[in-house]
Amino acid sequence: MPDTVKTALVTGGSRGIGRACAVRLAKSGYQVYVTYVSRPEPARETCRIIEEKGGRAACFPLDIGDSQAIVDFFKEKIKDRVFLDVLVNNAGMTMDGLLVRMGQEQWEKVIRINLSGSFFCLQQAAKIMMRQKTGRIVNITSVTAQSGNPGQANYTASKAGLIGLTKTAALELAPRNITVNAVAPGFIETDMTSGLNQQIREKYLEMIPLKRFGSSGDVAETVAFLASSGASYITGQVIGVNGGMYI
Amino acid sequence: MSVEQKVKEIVMEQLGISADEVKGESKFVEDLGADSLDLTELIMAMEEEFDIEIDDEKAQEILTVQAAIDFIKANQ
Repeated sequence: MPDTVKTALVTGGSRGIGRACAVRLAKSGYQVYVTYVSRPEPARETCRIIEEKGGRAACFPLDIGDSQAIVDFFKEKIKDRVFLDVLVNNAGMTMDGLLVRMGQEQWEKVIRINLSGSFFCLQQAAKIMMRQKTGRIVNITSVTAQSGNPGQANYTASKAGLIGLTKTAALELAPRNITVNAVAPGFIETDMTSGLNQQIREKYLEMIPLKRFGSSGDVAETVAFLASSGASYITGQVIGVNGGMYI
Repeated sequence: MSVEQKVKEIVMEQLGISADEVKGESKFVEDLGADSLDLTELIMAMEEEFDIEIDDEKAQEILTVQAAIDFIKANQ
């Protein structure tokens, strides 16, 4: 291995939870690789934040909806180039709508990005981590996968699928000392949730026993813990970071 | 290096065993103690080394070191 720097790969690291995870993992000492879909600038900003604090980071364009692009990315940038300690499958999207009005593309695109994209990243990472005989994979799912959420049939199905994937991957990869866990954020203040109107926000607040929305930093702390040596005996779990919203 | 030698090296490395344990007739599971994940890794390593594709059906027929050598020679 030419570069033995311990590396964490965070998909969709331009903003929100992905950026917070990238920054937090850098604080834990990992070199952090961040992927973005189309706009390089916010991803570079994530890298700048890390570098300003003395960390190492790089960002790469990667369309998570393109399985061949994922295979190529791992082959060209990861395999035999870095020691891939951590994969955070964070990249995801929403295209909300009531299920009776949901079009095929609306359904399939969200499944393709959130579920299939995470699967192919996990598959590629697993091949590398199996050889290393160590690795940590964290899939970012959602409280809505556990509770359901009107208007998000596609999103909740994709995120619930990720929970099944997490458990099977945990069982298959355990013999190679690779842990696979899911983190299920509740209502987190990000771009994905900032578009909701005041009425809906207040409705959610009533559902959260801790009476506040979470921050992306709350999620990042949990991800960093699952990546740490302290979490070596935890695998196949879904850790809620939701203020008690779903128990 | 011959196909035989390369295959044997891969088997030694993947299963962490010594050269004198790896014989042509050695069965991966029964003789060399491989589990299903080991077998998958062996197949993946051979695919990479010899730049071939071994589909799952074929892979299940490769039970011994010699079977692997024969398959690779026939498909290179």
